[in-house]
Amino acid sequence: MATSSVNAGVPDLREPAGWRRAKNQIMTGLMGLAFLIILVPLVLVIYLVIQKGSAAISLNFLTKPIPPNVFPLSYPNSGMGPAIVGTLEITGFAALMAIPLGVLGAVYINEYGGRSVLSKVISFMSDVMTGVPSVVMGLFIYTVWVLHFGYSGLAGSFALACLMLPIVIRSTFEMLRLVPDSLRQGSYALGATKSRVTLTVVIPAAVGGIVSGCLLAVARAAGETAPLLFTILTVETTNTNLFSGANTALSAQIFANATSPYAGAEARAWGAALTLIVIAFILMVVARIITARFTRYSR
Amino acid sequence: MEQRENEITAKVTVPETATGRRPGSKTGSTVFDLEKVSVYYGAFRAVTEVSMAIHENEITAFIGPSGCGKTTVLRSLNRMNDLIPGARVEGKLRYRGAGLYDVQASPTAVRRRIGMVFQKANPFPKSIYDNIAYGPRINGIRGKSRLDEIVETSLRQAALWDEVKDRLSKSGLGLSGGQAQRLCIARTLAVEPDVVLMDEPCSALDPIATGRIEDLMQEIKSKYTIVIVTHNMQQATRVSDRTAFFSVLRNEQPGRSDTRTGVLVEYDRTASIFDNPKDERTQAYVTGRVG
Repeated sequence: MATSSVNAGVPDLREPAGWRRAKNQIMTGLMGLAFLIILVPLVLVIYLVIQKGSAAISLNFLTKPIPPNVFPLSYPNSGMGPAIVGTLEITGFAALMAIPLGVLGAVYINEYGGRSVLSKVISFMSDVMTGVPSVVMGLFIYTVWVLHFGYSGLAGSFALACLMLPIVIRSTFEMLRLVPDSLRQGSYALGATKSRVTLTVVIPAAVGGIVSGCLLAVARAAGETAPLLFTILTVETTNTNLFSGANTALSAQIFANATSPYAGAEARAWGAALTLIVIAFILMVVARIITARFTRYSR
Repeated sequence: MEQRENEITAKVTVPETATGRRPGSKTGSTVFDLEKVSVYYGAFRAVTEVSMAIHENEITAFIGPSGCGKTTVLRSLNRMNDLIPGARVEGKLRYRGAGLYDVQASPTAVRRRIGMVFQKANPFPKSIYDNIAYGPRINGIRGKSRLDEIVETSLRQAALWDEVKDRLSKSGLGLSGGQAQRLCIARTLAVEPDVVLMDEPCSALDPIATGRIEDLMQEIKSKYTIVIVTHNMQQATRVSDRTAFFSVLRNEQPGRSDTRTGVLVEYDRTASIFDNPKDERTQAYVTGRVG
């Protein structure tokens, strides 16, 4: 206050004194605090997983079979190999089903459906599906598939695909909606058909975001546990046949090992957790690279 | 060019009749023939009973206050209005004798002959080369050397070649406003259209960029028929051969949804419209008293 009154004639450009200035300072302080609080879980989770899991990681751990829970971490030729194979094949096949279906669904809703009833229904149902708990999705696949055809990686893939589908639809839809109409019109004005416009202008313009959204869905599905417990049964051996026989996955192994009382099992659970986080991290890096590659003309 | 002309005349099914009655149909062969054309958006009649003839190798300017329907009429000439849900056209709209809104007429085929440049430059998020090659590619032209040739010719026609020839592989979004608009013009010319429709192409550009585009229009006029919507009356006097003045007609009937609608007030040679308007509404608008 004092300075402004001393320099008479110089305008005081600060926020007006009183409650408004105080409010500004309080809110700025609160936001800084919120940022620090957010850091706590983020940093702690990663720190803890690395700290506890890094001891377990070795080439053996990534490739060798899962030993019984009572065996220590140092037991020779043991690891999480089957779970890594299982996670990759189950999540991979789920992505193979959910991504094309979801992207096409979103293209239909945004480009073709318009205000039609079908498009509204699909859009609404995908929103509802986003809110369905993953355990319910597992139960659903258990009822309609596992009870008839038995446990298999495929059943797990179905459950994960059901979880991924709404995320893929929603994120793709949002990306397509961001494509300015002027681009579509520019393409139409050159005599392009609707499918041309969609394939050569709309999807390329949105592809960066679509890829990010899809990989986010994949990463999320790779970490799902609940729906897998009903559908793949969780075994300790490698099952490369996705279509028959019980299977296993990192997330399911984390659950099985972490809930057992043995030190070896616990260490393997942490190792599996770190492996899962690294897989998700690699997916994110790939997403960034692909996004950068596809959007090089967007700047 | 010559060959395509023949191809088009071969498609003429409806003989031109009674065009002599319509304003501005004295000389030159008619490209568009509008007879009592009304355009609706849902229940709203945006434009009412426009009749006019647009001539080959001329620049026709549409002027008028906001909301008078000049852009609507322009967009009905290449069926861009089809993209707006609920839009429909009534009346007879013939392009070189063929009904633009005939059941068999395909909007895609129409737009390949009648290109459009928009108010806001809308380059695709692709390289400059791919922006130009886009139209030829969707028309099935694949050969690299053929595409190279089209890209160069189109960019030269649009007076952009010298500025971008060293960065054809760079993004089209990196161009300045005026360059981007010329890129869009080049993109339109690349499909060798018969007509180029321009919807206020210079409204976002500075006078220098505007001057370039106006020069460009004069240069390509011998090969194309151009219809331009403009808010800038000086631009209309500078570039156009004929000018159509549209205005808003208010309908005071209570309980009607179409309380206002666009009408064509006067259509004549540009000099007549600005120096010797017949309608007092035109006079008021071009002298700046209204609008």
